Amino acid sequence: MEPILIVQNCTMRFGGLTAVRGFHLQLQPQELVGLIGPNGAGKTTVFNLLTGVYRPVEGRILFDGHDITGWKPHAIAQLGIARTFQNIRLFGTLTVLQNVKAGARLHMRTGLWHAAWRTRSMLMEEQEVEAEAWRLLREMGLEDAAHYRAQDLPYGEQRRLEIARALAMHPKLLLLDEPAAGMNPQETADLMELIRRLRDEYALTILLIEHDMKVVMGICERVIVLDYGEEIAQGTPQEIRTNPRVIEAYLGEAPV
Amino acid sequence: MSTARFWAWRLFCVALGAAALLGASAAVSWLRAAGWLDDYTYRVLMLCGINILLAVSLNLINGITGQFSIGHAGFQGVGAYASAALTVFVLAPWLGQRGWQGSTLADTLLLVAAIVFGGITAGIAGLVVGIPSLRLRGDYLAIATLGFGEIIRVSILNIEQVGGARGFSGIPLVTTFLGLYVMVVLLLALSRNLLVSSQGLAFLAVRDDEIAAEAVGVNTTRIKVIAFVLGATFAGVAGALYAHFDGYLNPDNFRLDQSIIILTMVVLGGQGSVTGSVLSAVLLTAVLEWLRFLPTITLGGRAFTPSELRMVFFSVMLILLMLWRPKGLLGQREFGWHVLRQYWRLLKS
Ligand SMILES: Nc1ncnc2c1ncn2[C@@H]1O[C@H](COP(=O)(O)OP(=O)(O)OP(=O)(O)O)[C@@H](O)[C@H]1O
Ligand SMILES: [Mg+2]
Repeated sequence: MEPILIVQNCTMRFGGLTAVRGFHLQLQPQELVGLIGPNGAGKTTVFNLLTGVYRPVEGRILFDGHDITGWKPHAIAQLGIARTFQNIRLFGTLTVLQNVKAGARLHMRTGLWHAAWRTRSMLMEEQEVEAEAWRLLREMGLEDAAHYRAQDLPYGEQRRLEIARALAMHPKLLLLDEPAAGMNPQETADLMELIRRLRDEYALTILLIEHDMKVVMGICERVIVLDYGEEIAQGTPQEIRTNPRVIEAYLGEAPV
Repeated sequence: MSTARFWAWRLFCVALGAAALLGASAAVSWLRAAGWLDDYTYRVLMLCGINILLAVSLNLINGITGQFSIGHAGFQGVGAYASAALTVFVLAPWLGQRGWQGSTLADTLLLVAAIVFGGITAGIAGLVVGIPSLRLRGDYLAIATLGFGEIIRVSILNIEQVGGARGFSGIPLVTTFLGLYVMVVLLLALSRNLLVSSQGLAFLAVRDDEIAAEAVGVNTTRIKVIAFVLGATFAGVAGALYAHFDGYLNPDNFRLDQSIIILTMVVLGGQGSVTGSVLSAVLLTAVLEWLRFLPTITLGGRAFTPSELRMVFFSVMLILLMLWRPKGLLGQREFGWHVLRQYWRLLKS
């Protein structure tokens, strides 16, 4: 099968610091892959490269048959890459429901012009979006909070809302940056269940950054390990767990 | 929703709006003819409408899209002078040659042409200022718009054809209550329609978090430019209506003070709240007029004129209001039926 994402030899520098060096990655459709590494290893930077927040100083990124190197983030999102952020970025003053609609906006056929004049086609599409947004909120267990402002939600629900907003975009590739951070064990277990289910239900490809090894080892089919911006290992969770270079990189960090 | 139901409802809404506007306009003419509405009160009523246009259009840029423009008076000035130049130098002579001047039809034609031309020229000015400066961060936009406002004022000062520092007089008085408030209702309807639609959430998304907005596929530059051009267009419309209401323009009308007053209306109403902007535009217009009646006060041997005192009172009042309600009168909320409904429920229980 054709890979959906191909990253070739990507390098990113901030001043003198090389945050990512010669990074390669291929994702097959519907794969669930983990990206791990110690703090400051360059994991989030990889996400920022994939979503166009930064442009790599070297290398190419191919997604779904397009060379997206240097594309603007919104164009990449329109092509089908959705993400969540390590330090949650919701639309704080909007309601939970509006946040999801802001994601669903992406695949609407009627634009601003129709919205300004409330044309019939826009009103009909708006009904579809509304229904889908509620369905997503139910799926994520957020329907009781639908009319709260996003910034007033507890932390765990904010994380789930960010995922709901990303799903509303109908992405092909979903990037999750530490989705379990700050969650209690029960919430984490639910989240693992959810991620697995979403992948199957929506035929998603998922790339996941996570510090919680239970999550990574529990749901990822393949794990990539970064250290100082470079890939030091890659393989099944079993292989990674026993890889001496990985253990070394994590020494002094949380035990694997 | 069936096609028939859609059109029936749409027709009903438009007819209701038209009836309300025509009714209000007829009532105003009747009250004026009967001598119950004096010229001064009528003037305040019209200034309220013009200030609503200015506040709500700036709210599109500053409140809803979260940009910081402080040159709104500049766009108002562009619309005012451009439309006045069109009617005075082109349309009025043309109508005169044909002996058509003075008829209701001719006046309506002048008004419509002034509104359209004032809006378009200010909109183009918005595009020219907006495209380069909206790529920059917020404070740069503030400086750029500030500079733009001054450039406009100084340019007008140096154009002798439109009177320069003496001002531009002899503009046909064709602005009507109906014409003004049709534009007010149009702007309110457009703002409201955008705010309640999923597409319109793009504006609010840009305000709340630009990085997240891009990540959900919002072209943030495009959205900012659209908001900016739309806001500038309606500022130009307000300028055109003002020019053809007062009949006289002076570059001093479009100084930074005027931009600050419009900005104050938006902040006072609650950034992002359309109804808040309307409320504070009406309130501030009334207060600013009322403060004209202050007496001259002598303090420590110096006489303070009413116009000086007016700005002092105005500032003190603003400070007190902002201490009392830092988020503005309505915060980010809107006033509407749902509020009345909530109060009703509260009363019942
Ligand atoms: N915008 C930036 N400017 C300068 N340096 C940056 C920037 N973004 C990241 N860095 C640096 O790049 C390195 C990699 O950062 P990155 O956020 O990708 O790490 P990470 O693997 O996600 O770490 P964590 O587990 O703490 O989230 C760090 O040293 C960080 O300080
Ligand atoms: Mg990170």
